[in-house]
Formats: sequence, structure tokens, C-alpha cells
Amino acid sequence: MSDRPILRVQHIAKSFGTVLAVNDVSFDVRPGEIFAFLGPNGAGKTTTIKMLTTLLRPTTGSLELDGLDVTMHPTEVRKRFGVVFQDPSLDSELTAWENMDIHGVLYHVARHARRARCEVLLRMFELYERRDDLVKTFSGGMKRRLEIARGLLHTPKVLFLDEPTLGLDPQSRNQMWTHVRNLRATEGVTVFLTTHYMDEADRVADRIAVIDHGRIVATGSSAELKQQTGTDSLEAAFLALTGTMIRDESATAADQMRQVARVWRR
Amino acid sequence: MAVVFVLWLREVKKYLRSRVQIVASLGGPLMYLGVLGFGLGPVFQRAGEGSYLQFMAPGVIGMAVLFTAMFSGIAMLWDRQFGFLKETLVAPVPRLAIMIGRTLGGATVAVLQGTLIFVVTLIAGFRPVSVLAVPLAFLLIALVAVVFAALATAIGSTIKEMQGFQMVMNFLVMPIFFLSGALYPLPGLPRVLAALTRVDPLTYGVDGMRGLLIGRGSAHFGVAFDVAVLLAVGVVFVAAGAWRFSKIEA
Ligand SMILES: Nc1ncnc2c1ncn2[C@@H]1O[C@H](COP(=O)(O)OP(=O)(O)O)[C@@H](O)[C@H]1O
Ligand SMILES: [Mg+2]
Repeated sequence: MSDRPILRVQHIAKSFGTVLAVNDVSFDVRPGEIFAFLGPNGAGKTTTIKMLTTLLRPTTGSLELDGLDVTMHPTEVRKRFGVVFQDPSLDSELTAWENMDIHGVLYHVARHARRARCEVLLRMFELYERRDDLVKTFSGGMKRRLEIARGLLHTPKVLFLDEPTLGLDPQSRNQMWTHVRNLRATEGVTVFLTTHYMDEADRVADRIAVIDHGRIVATGSSAELKQQTGTDSLEAAFLALTGTMIRDESATAADQMRQVARVWRR
Repeated sequence: MAVVFVLWLREVKKYLRSRVQIVASLGGPLMYLGVLGFGLGPVFQRAGEGSYLQFMAPGVIGMAVLFTAMFSGIAMLWDRQFGFLKETLVAPVPRLAIMIGRTLGGATVAVLQGTLIFVVTLIAGFRPVSVLAVPLAFLLIALVAVVFAALATAIGSTIKEMQGFQMVMNFLVMPIFFLSGALYPLPGLPRVLAALTRVDPLTYGVDGMRGLLIGRGSAHFGVAFDVAVLLAVGVVFVAAGAWRFSKIEA
């Protein structure tokens, strides 16, 4: 692994009106790493991914991907990452193959390379047999796998996965993580993922950044986080770091209130 | 170029696959042709205006083109809702290429639908004055399709909620249709109505089609003038569409 970080995030912040979604976040990701953002709903994970993927401009701070400034060189940066958003972004009226093919064209992958690559990836994600079926006939797990396959089509250096297991049944979740862990070996790609499931962060990530209320409260491997907090499980470490257990879906509104309150207090 | 093509192809493929929708979309025009064409036909004839079916066919074709092109705006909201839009917005390609691909796709689908209705009117008894005029009429139809597909892109890029589209259909698309003179002749309208028809781009589309398909004398403004207006409006709407599309935030 080389020393230059593939992702370098320095003091980024993003506010939506009075809501401070991301507040002075900094971290580095090394090439080939699987790096996880672990935090409850409303912590600012998706907002961070949107900034890293050029969809949102940070209010302040700087983002670099593969040495390129994300806001200054969006097109160059876009060629270098693949992304699976939290909400699906497939065209369900098209087939799996057509979705892949359009992506290849959008990323300027030459025709024969595109064919070969689509085949390899669809096989890898066990979708090749279903390649000519409309995506609307796929299960949630299959759709998510197709999105990951599509995100890898242009051989990106970084793959962003925003809550890739959200809404999947336990079996598909396991399968998903097996795929993600294999990616480093097969694709040599750096993976930046977010999750609010602790066991998943624990199992799959090399390093974890714990994020809560828009701030990173700790960064390190699962072992380091436990050691740092003197606890023996990631759950306990999380509790020690944030003072709360991870909250579930319904917490978003309350979070928003808290964030508004925090801005007002300043 | 490949990007424009592949996004264009996506729209066309999806249209050709939506068989049920195509059949359903024949309902409106058929109703106008059937009920109004045969219902008002005798009155129209007695008023000395000739065959109402001949008169109305270009209007019904224009209606099909208008509605289909505007529906490409719905497709955009749909893509926003179900995410495919984001896939194109993070791709390393200029927004303009995406916008042009989508808009041309929407326009092409509108032309296909217009063609289908054209065939329907022929079956119903519509007879263009000359076969030679038909290709020219298609150029005009294509122009109308681009005008409204670009308008739909501008609107689809601006509104975010599905409900917004209902508003657009009721307060923009229906008036555009009814004010266009698709169903009634333009000469001798009350002044207010005449003024309104003149700001409606579809008026010039229908008028031009009449001029080409049912004879020179039947165009109120003249085909050349109609084309000139449509070209100018087309340039404005495409620019507006490109501008609005460039402002979309994910
Ligand atoms: N477009 C937006 N407008 C206003 N507030 C937003 C917007 N996007 C996110 N937020 C708010 O920012 C905070 C962080 O959201 P998000 O990044 O989606 O969290 P996470 O992905 O960790 O669940 C939340 O309080 C959310 O309500
Ligand atoms: Mg999120």
C-alpha cells in the first residue's frame, strides 16, 4: 500500500439552512482499505458521501480523491469512483444488461471492453443468468448487487457504498459482505461504506470512523476503538464514545431537532 | 455523442416496451375524433366550413404530440423518485449531453405517437391533399415535438413532486391544447381568445400542419410563418431546458 491517501477529507462542513448536517469532519482513507462510517440515522453519512461524489458542495473544507480536488475537478474525480447510493438508482424498466451497458457508455468504456467487463461482473455478482430480465422483476438483494456490479464497471479506484445492506434480509446481508470483502482481492478497489449496523462495521471494515451528529468522535480499527474505550465490544465502545446506543430509523426527526438546537445555541 | 445516443435509445426502448400504455394513449385522440368528429361534423358542415374530420385531424395529431412530449417531463420526475437521474448526474459527462439525449428521446417518442395517431386518422377517413405534403408535415411534427419535449425538460427539472406534474397537466397542457385551435377555426375569434391562441406555440404547429395537409388556404398564419415561430420558440425552450437541467440538485 502506498502512503498517499486515496481519500483525504479536511475539515468539511455542510449546512442545510439551519441544520448542520456535517460539522468539521476530517479523515484519510488509504488505498485498498475498507473504511466504514458508522453512525445512527441522521448522523451525516449520506451528506458526506454526496460531497465526496460531487453531488453536493461542502459549505467549507476540502476533499481530495486520488490527489484531485473534488470541487475543482468533478469530471476527473467522477471517472475514478463508483457509487451505490442509499436509494436505488437503477432503471427498473430496463434489463440488468441494459443498465450495465448504459453505465459503460456514460463512463466511456469502449464497446468490447464493456461487453467483457459486464459479463465478468454479472457473473461475479451471480446475476449473469438473469441479465436479460427487467430489473423490476429482481429482489432487493439482486438489485443491490446489480448496483454494485454497475458501480465497478469502469474499474474505479474508490467504491462508495451508502448503507448497502439497508432493507435486506440477513441472508442477503451476509452475502453482500462476502462480496464486498472479496472486492479488494478481485478488483483492488478501495471501499468507503456507511452503515448503522455495528456488527457489520466490526466484521467488514479495516478501519471505522464513528460519526454522530455530524462529527467524527473516533477513528480506528475495531480493536483500537475497543482498546481506546476500555470495552470489549464495538457496541460498548460506541456507547462509551457517543453516550447513546445506536438509534433506529425513527430517530431522524429528533436528530434534526437536536441539530437545529445546536446551531441556535452557538 | 455516444452518451446522447444511449440516453435517447433508452427513452425509445421504454416507449416501445410499454404496449399497454400505447394502447391506452389512443383513448383520448379516438374520443375526440369519434365524439367530436362525428358529433360536431354536421354543424361544422352546415356552417360552410367543410369536413370537420379533415379540419380536426391535424389538431388531434398535434394533441398526441403535445401530450406525449409533455409526459417525458413525468419520466424525469419518475427518474428523480426512483433514482436513475442520479446515476446520470454523477457520470463524467456534461449535463448538456444528458439533457439533449433525454429531450431528443422524449421528442422522438412524441413523433412516434403522432405517427400512430396519424395512421388512426387515416383509418377514420382523413385524407391529406397530397402524398408529397406528408414528409413535410412530419418535419413540422418533429419541430413541435422538440418544442414541447424541451419545455417538459425545463419543467421536469424545476418541480420535484409528482403532484406538481398534475398542476402542470391541468393548468398548462390542457390550456395549450384547448387554446391551440386544434378543435375550432382561428378566424373570427373573440379578441381575448385570439390573443391567447397567438401565444400558444401549439397553435402554430396545428396551423402549419393544416396548411400542409389540407391545403394552402387552410393555414391562418401561413406555413412559413408557423415554422419560423416554432423554430424561435424551440431555441428558447431548449435553452431554458438546458439551463434548468444544469441547476438540478441531487
Ligand atoms: N437536502 C437536505 N435538506 C435539509 N436537511 C438535510 C438534507 N439532507 C440531509 N439533511 C439533514 O442532515 C442530517 C444528516 O443527514 P444524512 O447525511 O442523510 O444522515 P445519515 O445518512 O447519516 O442518516 C439529517 O438531520 C438530515 O435531516
Ligand atoms: Mg443515509
